[in-house]
Amino acid sequence: MARPTGWQGFATDWASDQRAFKDVPWGKVMMWIFLLSDTFIFGCFLLSYMTVRMSTTVPWPNPSEVFALRIGGTEIPLILIAIMTFVLISSSGTMAMAVNYGYRRDRAKTAILMLATAAFGATFVCMQAFEWTKLIREGVRPWGNPWGAMQFGSSFFMITGFHGTHVTIGVIFLIVIARKVWRGDFDVERRGFFTSRKGNYEIVEITGLYWHFVDLVWVFIFAFFYLW
Amino acid sequence: MTQATAHATTAPTTTVQATTAHAQGQQHPIKLYLVVWGWLFILSTCSYLVDYFHLQGYLRWSLILVFMILKAGLIVAVFMHMAWERLTLIYAILLPPVLVLVFVATMVYESDYTLFTRAMFFGTGP
Repeated sequence: MARPTGWQGFATDWASDQRAFKDVPWGKVMMWIFLLSDTFIFGCFLLSYMTVRMSTTVPWPNPSEVFALRIGGTEIPLILIAIMTFVLISSSGTMAMAVNYGYRRDRAKTAILMLATAAFGATFVCMQAFEWTKLIREGVRPWGNPWGAMQFGSSFFMITGFHGTHVTIGVIFLIVIARKVWRGDFDVERRGFFTSRKGNYEIVEITGLYWHFVDLVWVFIFAFFYLW
Repeated sequence: MTQATAHATTAPTTTVQATTAHAQGQQHPIKLYLVVWGWLFILSTCSYLVDYFHLQGYLRWSLILVFMILKAGLIVAVFMHMAWERLTLIYAILLPPVLVLVFVATMVYESDYTLFTRAMFFGTGP
């Protein structure tokens, strides 16, 4: 029997005395719910940043100037952050294609695209490390900076640090799953070393969800912290 | 012998069928991802240009928000496949973050008050 869609489907799915999320593997639901909780964490960070920025009596440092780089004698505003944005978007593009090839059971292409995603992610983390080093050398500390409101440093380190940690974990996650794909674990239903369960290509999509979320958070950080 | 070959030929097809049945609904042409990728590049360039051309005030803020929401929407809808999920999952995941806006409103009110008291007692206006 075909399930009703739209609002009627919404009502019957929740009303039924079974699982609410039909046609979605449990792993994917779990990842979505984890990402929802992570959304609240990043939401709270951005909220507290908004609160301190709105309530300070000292002018906020201009991110456009703080994050400018001198290339060939001219100051280009925010250029490093723009490049980081493009790198992360590209990694999301390769990840989306990896998921697609995973469902087509194309082992080689899936693994290569996942490793490409991991490489983009690692590049992003390196650029962030460069940015942190530059700012720390210029005297930015969680308790103060040379340009204005002292809350700038604490917000910056907290938000970008937590995001960078997520990217780093994502890179490790990607490499682990790419290795399993490459080895053909999901074709021969080899049991995982930790859970002893048989995996399948859904894990590629689950990894993808996490990775796209990292990109998604960056979209908000870019808009609110760097551009605002 | 024939049984063995028959088994060998049928086994992979059944697993393939099982996975394709499971992965139904998330099989989209690669071109779609490339188009979205392109759009994300365009939108990011646009939001970078907002800063590059030093737009200020409400124009700046509204453009930043528009580009941000479009980018977030594309990522969630296409890259994370939310557009093809059932409404039940969509609402369970997307509705709670929207409610954070209530929290935002509370904190805007709160920080206005903090700024007011700071200006009152320390005499340093914004």
